Amino acid sequence: MPKSISWRITIIAFFVLLSFLYLTPTLVSNLPGWWTGYFPKDKIHLGLDLQGGTHLVMKVDTQKAVEGYIDLIASDLEDSLNVRRIRIHQINRVGEDAIRLAFYDQNSAENEAQLIKKKYPELEQIQIRDSEGGMVHLEFRMEKTAVQDRKDKAVAQALETIRNRIDQFGVLEPVIQREGIDHIVIQLPGITDPKRAIELIGKTARLEFKLVDENLSASSSSPYALPDDAEILMEQQSSSATGAVQGVPIVVKKKAIITGDLLTDAQVKIDSQNNEPYVAIDFNSTGARLFDQVTAANVGKRFAIVLDGNVYSAPVIRERISGGSAQISGNFNEKEAADLAIVLRAGSLPAPVKIVQNVTVGPSIGEDSISKGLMAGGIGVLLVVLFMVFYYRMAGLVANFGMVLNVLFLLGALAALGATLTLPGIAAIVLLVGMSVDSNVLIFERVKEEIRLGCTPKMSIDAGYDKAFLTVMDSHVTTLITAAVLFQFGTGPVKGFAVSLSLGVIINLFTTLVTTKVVFDSAFSRFQIRRLSI
Amino acid sequence: MQLISNTNIDFIGKRKVSFVISSIIAIIGLIGILQIARNSANMGIGFSGGTSVQLSFTHPIPQEKARKLLTDHLLREVNLQEIKGGNRILVKVGKSGADVSETITAVFSKEFPGNAFVVESSTDVGPSIGNKLKTDTLKAVGLSMIGIILYIAWRFDFKFGVGAIAATLHDVLAMVALFYLMNKEINLLFITAVLTIAGYSLTDTVVVFDRIRENLHKYVDDTKEGLFNRSINEVLPRTVITSLTTFLAAISLFLFGGEVIHDFALALVAGIIIATYSSIFIASPIVAVLEARRGGWELAERARLK
Repeated sequence: MPKSISWRITIIAFFVLLSFLYLTPTLVSNLPGWWTGYFPKDKIHLGLDLQGGTHLVMKVDTQKAVEGYIDLIASDLEDSLNVRRIRIHQINRVGEDAIRLAFYDQNSAENEAQLIKKKYPELEQIQIRDSEGGMVHLEFRMEKTAVQDRKDKAVAQALETIRNRIDQFGVLEPVIQREGIDHIVIQLPGITDPKRAIELIGKTARLEFKLVDENLSASSSSPYALPDDAEILMEQQSSSATGAVQGVPIVVKKKAIITGDLLTDAQVKIDSQNNEPYVAIDFNSTGARLFDQVTAANVGKRFAIVLDGNVYSAPVIRERISGGSAQISGNFNEKEAADLAIVLRAGSLPAPVKIVQNVTVGPSIGEDSISKGLMAGGIGVLLVVLFMVFYYRMAGLVANFGMVLNVLFLLGALAALGATLTLPGIAAIVLLVGMSVDSNVLIFERVKEEIRLGCTPKMSIDAGYDKAFLTVMDSHVTTLITAAVLFQFGTGPVKGFAVSLSLGVIINLFTTLVTTKVVFDSAFSRFQIRRLSI
Repeated sequence: MQLISNTNIDFIGKRKVSFVISSIIAIIGLIGILQIARNSANMGIGFSGGTSVQLSFTHPIPQEKARKLLTDHLLREVNLQEIKGGNRILVKVGKSGADVSETITAVFSKEFPGNAFVVESSTDVGPSIGNKLKTDTLKAVGLSMIGIILYIAWRFDFKFGVGAIAATLHDVLAMVALFYLMNKEINLLFITAVLTIAGYSLTDTVVVFDRIRENLHKYVDDTKEGLFNRSINEVLPRTVITSLTTFLAAISLFLFGGEVIHDFALALVAGIIIATYSSIFIASPIVAVLEARRGGWELAERARLK
């Protein structure tokens, strides 16, 4: 056998072996231990449309993160002024990214302006017109770059928190990634209770401990008559008679004394007395100290435990609590308690998130799609194979051989890349079967023309491949252009389609120009062929 | 075996007929695109935003009653479709909030307590996503068109590029026209099918162009019209057989692939036929007309008129 044939056969054999090697993890479910150490263990993943699951796109309300940060600065400044006993009329956030302070005298205003600029370099002072009502006003606005930075960090942090929550929730092979400026894409394959997962992921989970304002009754005071430092929240109470949950208004101090970021742990426990679940939380040293101080100073008052603006419970402080543990009880079942513990452990989101897209596919429809996709694929391949043999005889067999290798290589490549197979991806493979045959048709028709011109079989084959080469090349490049564009902009199923298509096109170029040709060449080198069966 | 051989069909001469037919199709396609831009076509909720829920019931469900109940609960127009096989329905609500799918399932479990159901799939899409998808799609289609015209212009020359793009655009418009007239849903899968067919149609066109270019050097004495016709006829067997094999693959997807890719496969099947037609009757005749404009040679018809 001539050298040029044997090295081509070697390459093909190598690729066949490689494809099977990469496909093994996909085909064999339980790999022996020695395999995973040395050989590939990535497999072809099934897309959500095939195995069922939930695809979420969330938008992080980054504006809220900036507002929250400004609020934080405001309360920090207020504390520091109180500590130094500097009298101030008012501190509040203005708009989205500015803070305004109203002082009683010019002197302290100027002093503070210097201090603020030093402490918060990202704030720039804005000149405001006049001091009205005898007050001296200062206004600071956050710099644009600092705002952007804050927003960016908020999304990154939200991503991290969501990943944490999902990890603790226990989902196999989740995909969590950032998309664009403020979107997060989450794919949860095979989950059975998407609603629960969405609640778990989407909860801001901002935990706050606030003192109840016992002097005011929520039912009698209108929101307008409230003092500046108080607010009305809803407490969820279930009536023991009907079990129905209803919101009862309760007046609390606006300022949160302790927040969720001072937690170190949260665990579900069952109350031995009434058999109801509660969440036991542990504070870090700062939190424990604060908790100790506050409970000591407010014995007999009520302490509201607020999560995302809802009061879970407002127990009376019976005694000073030191040691840094507390418990949250409320109207929840065991699952809800478990989820609450997860979100508290994973931390709160830096800003609220909103679900902008939610695609959930049930497992039954996925299974249905796989079986139908495979069946359609099988029938399609069979039809093409039969047609090729019927029309091109022996040469058709060669083309079919090339096509089978094509599919094998493509599946191997998909496995090697750990790609995701979607239903359109299966469609792309089936389509590719048709297209892979196309290259051979091009060549064979060329060969037939050469035969009609009176060339010998060997010459016709060589000339056919030669002359068809450029055309085959052109047609592949143009398909590749569209496949690349589809890959660039597509998500989910479309991306799967583009991956299969572009890989298929490249592989097809190889099998057409190398594999089928080598079959002809080796046939010519072995046998005396007088007439081509084409 | 030889199905088609030594044909001698005057494709270029039939250009008037094909141009008229294709212009009509293209105009319908343009109307379809306008309707899509105005969101008046049957848009998939991926583009328009909204909710769709597919439910599978144990017993048949009275459609009218269900529609009325849903409309009353959601205060919006509700589109109810029955799906073949089992007691399955597809509920679509346009421009809805994030939790509409939940409301829908809640309504069914409350109003039809004896009829248990499974949620086979549910999709909620916010309007912002839809708009982003639309611009992304336009970008994608535009980008691939530019990529293709550049490649063809580089491999052949500008006139061929125009012919190729005209044929490709024609295919895109024809597929839009078909889906618009059949009131099929315009969704991401449809766009995928359109772009795939664009690539496929181009392949067909390039094959013919390659042969024309080759023959330009070979048969210097031929009239240009004869040369174009000869080239198309020479590659006709390949065009027909390739279309046939790809068609076989696509039609089996259409017939056996299940309802999820049913419309996608339909677009592919139709697209293959359209692409085959355009590569023969649109792409090359346009290049021929452009060549004639240059004054290098005249088409037979004009010569006859003189």
